[in-house]
Amino acid sequence: MDLRELITLSIHAIAVNKLRSFLTTLGIVIGVFSIIVLVSIGSGINSYVTSQISSLGSNIFEVLPGGEGNIFGGFLSTNLKLSDSKNIQRNLAGIGKVTPILQQAAIIKYKNVKIKDAFVGGVSYEYPQVVTSLKMKYGNFFTKSQEASGAPIVVLGYKINEHFFKNRNPIGKRIYVGEKQYTVIAVADKTGTVFGAFDRDNIVYIPVELAQSQFGTSYIRQIVISADSKELIPIAIKRVETTLLKRLTKDDFTIETADSISETVSNVTNVLSLALGGIAGISLLVGGIGVANIMLVSVTERTREIGLRKALGAKRSDILKQFLLESIMISVGGGLIGIALGMAASLIIAKILVSQVTAWSILIAFGFSVLVGVVFGMAPAIRASKLNPIDALRYE
Amino acid sequence: MKNSVPIVWMKGISKVYRSEGVETVALRNINLTINKGEFIAITGRSGSGKSTLMHLIGLLDTPTSGAYKLNGVDVSKLDEDSLASQRNVEIGFVFQSFNLLPRATSLENVTLPAIYAGVSEEERLERATKLLTEIGLEDQLNKRPNQMSGGQQQRVAIARALMNDPELILADEPTGNLDTKSGEDVMNTLKKLNKDDKTIVLITHEKDIANQAKRMLHLEDGEIK
Ligand SMILES: Nc1ncnc2c1ncn2[C@@H]1O[C@H](COP(=O)(O)OP(=O)(O)OP(=O)(O)O)[C@@H](O)[C@H]1O
Ligand SMILES: [Mg+2]
Repeated sequence: MDLRELITLSIHAIAVNKLRSFLTTLGIVIGVFSIIVLVSIGSGINSYVTSQISSLGSNIFEVLPGGEGNIFGGFLSTNLKLSDSKNIQRNLAGIGKVTPILQQAAIIKYKNVKIKDAFVGGVSYEYPQVVTSLKMKYGNFFTKSQEASGAPIVVLGYKINEHFFKNRNPIGKRIYVGEKQYTVIAVADKTGTVFGAFDRDNIVYIPVELAQSQFGTSYIRQIVISADSKELIPIAIKRVETTLLKRLTKDDFTIETADSISETVSNVTNVLSLALGGIAGISLLVGGIGVANIMLVSVTERTREIGLRKALGAKRSDILKQFLLESIMISVGGGLIGIALGMAASLIIAKILVSQVTAWSILIAFGFSVLVGVVFGMAPAIRASKLNPIDALRYE
Repeated sequence: MKNSVPIVWMKGISKVYRSEGVETVALRNINLTINKGEFIAITGRSGSGKSTLMHLIGLLDTPTSGAYKLNGVDVSKLDEDSLASQRNVEIGFVFQSFNLLPRATSLENVTLPAIYAGVSEEERLERATKLLTEIGLEDQLNKRPNQMSGGQQQRVAIARALMNDPELILADEPTGNLDTKSGEDVMNTLKKLNKDDKTIVLITHEKDIANQAKRMLHLEDGEIK
């Protein structure tokens, strides 16, 4: 019996019990669907975060307070001072650009319009050269001398300008950051990126010293460095380390490169993908048990048919193939439907959240559905193939 | 000489069923030779072992003891797959309850044995059409069993039995579920087949059916009388 005949036979058998076949398939559909959707979300998050990191700038790395592996604890640390950033800047002259960052949530106000969820970023004049993705829409970022003068000046993020000034040129206008008044000197272009918890368009930039005095802090949150070229990154990192170690110990700070951040994020999202995939796998397993169950019922129901086929010359292997193929077709059919639905759902999710259909998740889902068909079809098929023709013919 | 090999040769065959500790002796020391071209009727009361004997002849079951050669081949040495292919090419079965696949058409039912013989689809359909036409069912080719009369169904089953052109046709009460007229049709078909050199073994408990055979064999409590 060749494959084409076996397939025709299976299609017939599946078509005879349309509703039952459909319900059996449903278990596989749901399993495969969840694998595709969940894994797509996992890899969507991964590539989203990775692209967010690289959008900051290509040769970027940063110094965070707190020791290696203790970055989160470092959020509470007050180890990094503005002087560290200035020392680094001096030692990196000609190699890279440096900016300290001190960010904090604050209420900002123009006339009687208030924004409550905005961020204030205290940075230095080199900030736009470090985070190269930041471009100005109106005016120019503050200069070294503007920063040194201590004048209360502010650069608005895109959304802030949209909110306060309907995207019109606001240069010279005065806004409140907390209780203090600042003059708008520039507006940043839309970045469209969210990094961590903060929306890089929903922010205002002020000189870091002003931020320190306004927030009453003596430390800074992080120092971001951009090497002038990729090749210079290792040298720059070395110099940053030497500079900091003059005043601090190894346990007081951590240097994170874009690569190491992506790696950390990838690790997290891979675990996430696996966990999600695993959950989906369980539902596929349940689907497989459903297939086994229905195949056993089908073998019992068709005992007479099996006996007849054997009497007419079917070998064990013919019967085995017939039932195995049937369960594979149910599973693969379900798998294909699940893949189609999963891809459709992932595309929709991609529009709202993040999601990315990957070829490997489709392959894995397809492979799993074939496997489920084989594994869970095997026991019923073996049972069918072992039936004694005469017992089977007598079966009522 | 080819004709000297009997198609069925049984010596000292017995069959004992054991189920739940109860032993039923269905056949006892059967010695039976059936030559090619014979038309033999096996009669006997219900439970006398007729079907059991037919199942043994048809390689659907194995004897508890004794020797059996089908067409000169000692079948006790054959494995399951070889038995399946022997059944496939040497024997055509006709059952009392027709045993057609309910969802398959006449053509599909008739082609079934040829599928397992590895015959190409084209050849199968051609032969099945020819057989069904010869048996007078040319207008029933695409009908399902439930769209046909019992007599028609049994003739489809006979066409199926002839599909691989076996030498031996085993018919277990083929007229048992049929009215007199349809039963006669079936008997006429079997007689015609026998004329065309097929060996026919017919099981029946009806005297006048058995009388139409060339030879008669009577079973009583598992023994030939
Ligand atoms: N699978 C089995 N297990 C146990 N006993 C069986 C089995 N098959 C048949 N028998 C017994 O073997 C004996 C012969 O049965 P068999 O079916 O050969 O009779 P039969 O002559 O064909 O009867 P009928 O005319 O009613 O078809 C009976 O006593 C029957 O109960
Ligand atoms: Mg019987």
